[in-house]
Amino acid sequence: MSENREIEIMESVYDKNDEVASKINAELTGKNIYAINVMGAPGVGKTTSLIQIIKRLDGITPYVIEGDIEADFDTKTLQSLGVKTVQINTGGACHLDSPLIGKAVEELKVDNGVLFIENIGNLVCPAEFMIGEHAKMLISTVTEGSDKPYKYPLAFEKANIIILNKCDLLPYVDFDEEFFMKGVRALNKTAPVIKVSGKTEEGYDEVVAWIKERVK
Amino acid sequence: MHEYPITQRIIEVADSYARENNADEVKIINLVVGDYSGYVASSIELYFDIIAESSRCAKAKLHIERVTPKLKCNKCGEYFERKPFSFECPTCQGEGSPTEIGQEFYIRSIEV
Ligand SMILES: [Zn+2]
Repeated sequence: MSENREIEIMESVYDKNDEVASKINAELTGKNIYAINVMGAPGVGKTTSLIQIIKRLDGITPYVIEGDIEADFDTKTLQSLGVKTVQINTGGACHLDSPLIGKAVEELKVDNGVLFIENIGNLVCPAEFMIGEHAKMLISTVTEGSDKPYKYPLAFEKANIIILNKCDLLPYVDFDEEFFMKGVRALNKTAPVIKVSGKTEEGYDEVVAWIKERVK
Repeated sequence: MHEYPITQRIIEVADSYARENNADEVKIINLVVGDYSGYVASSIELYFDIIAESSRCAKAKLHIERVTPKLKCNKCGEYFERKPFSFECPTCQGEGSPTEIGQEFYIRSIEV
């Protein structure tokens, strides 16, 4: 038996995805599109929040890419409101990746505005992959509990803006806001944390102000 | 779940390096996987044999070097492993910030 010969590689396995992601990002920037990767667990109100945000965009054209493992309820809802939406069904995959986004962007014919990419409901994998976005918006809720930053640190670390939804339920749930914020700030010093409620619609003006500052 | 395409990619890369270096067979693939990379080492191993079948990696062994995530203390600069529900530095009780340590996912080398 001859001895093994070692060949150094040092190549990130993410490279292919990231390469496509930066191409998409450049293309979107060229079309004057600001893309937001919307992340959050199932049921945190990603689509409801998008509707609240889109309602307030006055003048800025919204586009949506809806990622779901199966079904297209959310796409139908958005389309019924006149929002240009494309559905991606991953058929089991737990996150969107950039080749999928490339195709959807083409189909949407985006031009001038803001593109929301609603990622698969999952607090883990969506934070790990660049998909050509300019910012990541994380939606967390008071009903999930205040320990989420401690349990899913990467999503909180990578977020550029954090929305805390279902705040109308604060009187009814055990949500330790101080503990939550302590965890968020340990992971992320700069992302604004905005308290909202899809039900009472509070807080969304502030979210939209943050978006408008970036879309011009 | 996303280990399948990524395992394909690992084999693709290893195979092409072996070809460039005139090696017919990859004996070992040395992979570095951080615990925060989101990849489950055991799932990669599971898919590996099936996907590698008709490649130069068919008989290759996967050596996976796991990396435990570390925080860096904002006060004393120490790198440390997090305790559950805490970001506190064990040395000075300062607060730690996330680092890249634990997020890596790359092929260090192959042995042919
Ligand atoms: Zn310290």
